[in-house]
Amino acid sequence: MAAINRDDVAHLARLAHIEMSAEELDRMAVELAVIVDSVKSVSEAAGEDVPATSHPIPLTNVFREDVVGHTFTAEQALSGAPDAFENRFKVPAILDED
Amino acid sequence: MSVDATLSFEEAMEKYDPVLGFEVHVELNTKTKMFSSAPNVFGDEPNTNVNEVDLGMPGVLPVVNKTAVESSIKIGLALNCKIAESCRFARKNYFYPDTPKNFQTSQYDEPIAYDGYLDIELEDGTVFRVEIERAHMEEDAGKLTHMGGAAGRIQGADYSLVDYNRSGVPLVEIVTKPIEGAGSRAPELAKAYVAAVREIVKNLGVSDAKMERGNVRCDANVSLRPHGRERFGIRSETKNVNSLRAVEHAVRYEIQRHAAVLDSGEPVIQETRHWHEDTRSTTSGRPKSDADDYRYFPEPDLVPVVASREWVEELRATLPEPPAERRKRLKEAWGYSDLEFRDVVNAGVMDSIEETIAAGASADVARKWWMGEIVGRAKVADVDPSELGVTPQVIVELNKLVEGGKINNKMATQVLDGVLAGEGTPAEIVEKRGLAVVSDDGPLLEAIDAALAAQPDVAEKIRGGKVQAIGAIVGGVMKATRGQADAGRVRELILEKLGVQG
Repeated sequence: MAAINRDDVAHLARLAHIEMSAEELDRMAVELAVIVDSVKSVSEAAGEDVPATSHPIPLTNVFREDVVGHTFTAEQALSGAPDAFENRFKVPAILDED
Repeated sequence: MSVDATLSFEEAMEKYDPVLGFEVHVELNTKTKMFSSAPNVFGDEPNTNVNEVDLGMPGVLPVVNKTAVESSIKIGLALNCKIAESCRFARKNYFYPDTPKNFQTSQYDEPIAYDGYLDIELEDGTVFRVEIERAHMEEDAGKLTHMGGAAGRIQGADYSLVDYNRSGVPLVEIVTKPIEGAGSRAPELAKAYVAAVREIVKNLGVSDAKMERGNVRCDANVSLRPHGRERFGIRSETKNVNSLRAVEHAVRYEIQRHAAVLDSGEPVIQETRHWHEDTRSTTSGRPKSDADDYRYFPEPDLVPVVASREWVEELRATLPEPPAERRKRLKEAWGYSDLEFRDVVNAGVMDSIEETIAAGASADVARKWWMGEIVGRAKVADVDPSELGVTPQVIVELNKLVEGGKINNKMATQVLDGVLAGEGTPAEIVEKRGLAVVSDDGPLLEAIDAALAAQPDVAEKIRGGKVQAIGAIVGGVMKATRGQADAGRVRELILEKLGVQG
């Protein structure tokens, strides 16, 4: 009945870059299963004729005219960066040597 | 880095049938970004065309650029697509520093345009229909520069520098259905398809369409299957194929590489390949893995886009004539041969010729000037023919001077040089340089007498009926008048003088 198992949690943790211990995975598998099941009860309440809801308010076409607004300076943009070089964000190399 | 084995293209074609697929990303040339009001400008100082939305700061709210939606619908219409009555944005979740939000705002199961096609005309006139699966809206990512290690490549880099100016630039990704049946013309078709897409978005005015700037980028999917088999082979996806020539070369190379892999009895690995222009080959990127689980879900911060049929029809009414149809129409109207027209297109003077004809020149006169005189001069000056400084009016005026007998063709080219040197209008230059044809018969008759006297044997031949010998006398007269005589008139006068019927 649980739609989510321990392997799913481990997979999600890896995708989300969250390090989890074995105990945490066990616990989270149980907790998430409860949450998923709870959410599932919503689909039991909704009939076939009720479309899935992504946006609760019936609002469409919220647009902006193509007019240039404000920007940051490079200094402002980089003010929260852990590291920077020549007005660019400096990040660790992502892929190892092939 | 090991070099992959390849089969010759011919052998690969004998054994296998290629199936292609393309994802072409088109950067729109809106003034602002897809979801923020920061400017969409190429080449500025790093991280200056950004605001809180582009940097993915907490609590910010993206707002859709209406012009970008309209441009996307126009692209969809130009690709003969259906336009979705309603569609949503979705988050494509992944961790990579090119997107500071840890997701790219894209569209997933509801693209704004779908089920289209494009008829691609190959060099020899064969028309090949490419089916379009979808065209969806999304945003571009930031630009990473990998430092240290192998120059500019991600492998072995010590660190990367990120510029988010490109982050959030509106993109339309155009995805084809699998393209079957191209056979040995697959590389040519690949190039022609990307060229056609580029031409269309440029013609629509929705993109600057400069491949060298990354305005149009192509990922090329290639797979092979034995002839007669219906099931597709395993495909590779070659990234970074960012010139038309490279698209052709990359498809050809991947066909040859796949063929060698299959021949060895190994399966092709489904993976990303990187194109290298210097070696004209691809190298392995990363294999498809469960890390490609993007966990798409509807973007809660953006409400659905509803394209009413009225809006779509309004946009359809603004579409320019499709480039391929326009070429066909102009070729027929001008009466050029296939070869003549192709030369005109390749030389990049079709628009100029159209303008020149509109200004009053005949199709043949316009072609004669642009192809015969201007293209060559532009090549020497290393500029586009249309930028050389010759206006349609100049050509019309030059031609009037020639047809009116004021100047001959040789002088006309000198007048053209004068125009390019900034000496004034053609009429002014004729005046200033004293280039008018000598049409007063008096001086001509004198020169003719002299030429006949100088070559009595030729004169005798002409009298005897060998009219073709007249060239020598005409030449003498032209020389004596330093090219300023009307050769036709000279000929008439010589024949008259000798009492011979032309």
